[in-house]
Amino acid sequence: MKFLPLIWSNLKRKKLRTFLTLLSILVAFVLFGLLSAIKEAFTGGISINGANRLVVQHKVSLILLLPENYKARMERIPGVDLASHQTWFGGTYQDPKNFFMQCPVVPDDFLSIYPEYILATNQLKAWRETRTGAIVGRKSAEKFHWKIGDKVPIKTPIWSQKEGGDTWTFDIVGIFDGKEKSTDATSMYFRYDYFDEAHQGERGQVGWYTVRVKDPNRSAEVAKLIDKEFENSMAEVKAEPEAAMAQSWANQLGDIGLITTSILGAVFFTILLVTGNTMTQAVRERTGELGVLKAIGFTNAQVVVFVLAESCILAVMGGILGLGLAWVIASGGDPTGGMLPMFFIPPRALVAGFGISVVLGLATGLFPAIQAMRLQVAVALRRM
Amino acid sequence: MSEVTKTNGTLVSVDGVEKIFRRGSEEIHVLRDLNLKVPAGEFLALMGPSGSGKSTLLNLIGGLDRPTRGSVSVGGERLDGLAERRLAAWRARHVGFVFQLYNLMPTLNAERNVELPLLLTHLSKAERRKHVSAALEVVGLSHRAKHYPRTLSGGEQQRVGIARGIVTDPTLLLCDEPTGDLDRKAGDGILDLLQALNREHGKTIIMVTHDPHASARASRTVHLDKGQLSAEPVA
Repeated sequence: MKFLPLIWSNLKRKKLRTFLTLLSILVAFVLFGLLSAIKEAFTGGISINGANRLVVQHKVSLILLLPENYKARMERIPGVDLASHQTWFGGTYQDPKNFFMQCPVVPDDFLSIYPEYILATNQLKAWRETRTGAIVGRKSAEKFHWKIGDKVPIKTPIWSQKEGGDTWTFDIVGIFDGKEKSTDATSMYFRYDYFDEAHQGERGQVGWYTVRVKDPNRSAEVAKLIDKEFENSMAEVKAEPEAAMAQSWANQLGDIGLITTSILGAVFFTILLVTGNTMTQAVRERTGELGVLKAIGFTNAQVVVFVLAESCILAVMGGILGLGLAWVIASGGDPTGGMLPMFFIPPRALVAGFGISVVLGLATGLFPAIQAMRLQVAVALRRM
Repeated sequence: MSEVTKTNGTLVSVDGVEKIFRRGSEEIHVLRDLNLKVPAGEFLALMGPSGSGKSTLLNLIGGLDRPTRGSVSVGGERLDGLAERRLAAWRARHVGFVFQLYNLMPTLNAERNVELPLLLTHLSKAERRKHVSAALEVVGLSHRAKHYPRTLSGGEQQRVGIARGIVTDPTLLLCDEPTGDLDRKAGDGILDLLQALNREHGKTIIMVTHDPHASARASRTVHLDKGQLSAEPVA
């Protein structure tokens, strides 16, 4: 600790240079934080709750529907505990920008298969009793200022009503919370029986199934049995673990992990060069001073520690400020207005970011530290 | 340094020292078979023209460099055999340096500059402050303790440099042209101070200079020319 004023004073030597370097590190870590949030939004949300779930969709495409009577057939397959279906409604509220997910579901099946959605018992009761009832995640309820008892119009370009018109009115009977931060609390769910009777077109069709297996270790085996069950039928299916399905959905946009890693790789490589150059310059400028320190008894190891501490302080400060700013931005919620409902920086990304900042500090300080260590005192003193 | 008694009052002993610098394939003999004894408590002036090897000799005595041949002992301890880490610890304990261009840290104020050698000791913050304040008082700069080098005159900066050199109460004070960058008046002030440190505090001082006015303040002057010593200036 007693050496801290000496290290700190060196950072204050060229304030503008230190500030600009700090700023560039900060920007890199803001980017790191936000890209982590984007990656989480695409691939996250499949927590431990999803370990025993399979998603079953039409073999050709997710947009093709499956018969509702597949539910009973699936539940007869050995290893299947429960099957619950959802259908993409694709609606918006008042303005096309107010896009969020809505699906018709069977309330008890749905809440049983998704225990991460927390709904009060009286609200579940009301949902069972209200055909036009809908439950909505707290984030959307707060965003649109909805409360229980409200009637909300949702306009959909996909599902017209029998009587005509593409705006459906639902009664808000419940507001659910997510058990975890990664749980989506923006969606809206309403009753399938109401939907099935009220929409134009063929009855008894659903979008996809979520199947709960009895033993998560046998998921792959059960998925194969489900696929086999519907082979050579009018609507063949593809069953896969929920995480894999989420990943393949995200991959429709590209390999999100690869994209974010590539961008961050380029950014951090640039920062490594920028900060490394700054540190090298900073050490070269005070060759004479390092010589004085060595002359009065500081060891080579101590000089190395000073230089590394200086680069680490700079990198860690930039890292913490950058991650902090990214966290503040991400706390503002989904910046896309509905495309990324689970937009937040996962704690593991913050820890990883901190670790990267330390590694960055060590990497950028290493070369100048070695230079400083090799400095011969008599030679260095002549450069004062 | 109790070893002084074992060496018959000789603090610094330079025996048969040669120093050769290599520049490419060329060998430059800076010091040749040089012998020098400096008794404890002496104020020795080391004179000679530029390039005569004065600073090189001072660096060898201060453990900043190693001789190519021969030995350098201070207080009975041979420096040429010490490992780098032990040599650094030895410097911290036994030597104070005063440089021609003061060599202060521009980012630290006077008291922080003076405190630097004390950071290598186990003294508490309060004890370090006490030592710093005493050293600044000796050099007459207590009132400028919070000032940064850029706000001090050359003479004041050199006083800070001397305070840094004596703050650990070293056995030996090595001064490399301490008045070389100062005007006569400020230089005289520094020489008065060095003389007082030698006479009143018993400090052994070796001062490199090429100013006869400065060397006149020393108790003995030796001349160095072409890497060899003589008692009289070389014509």
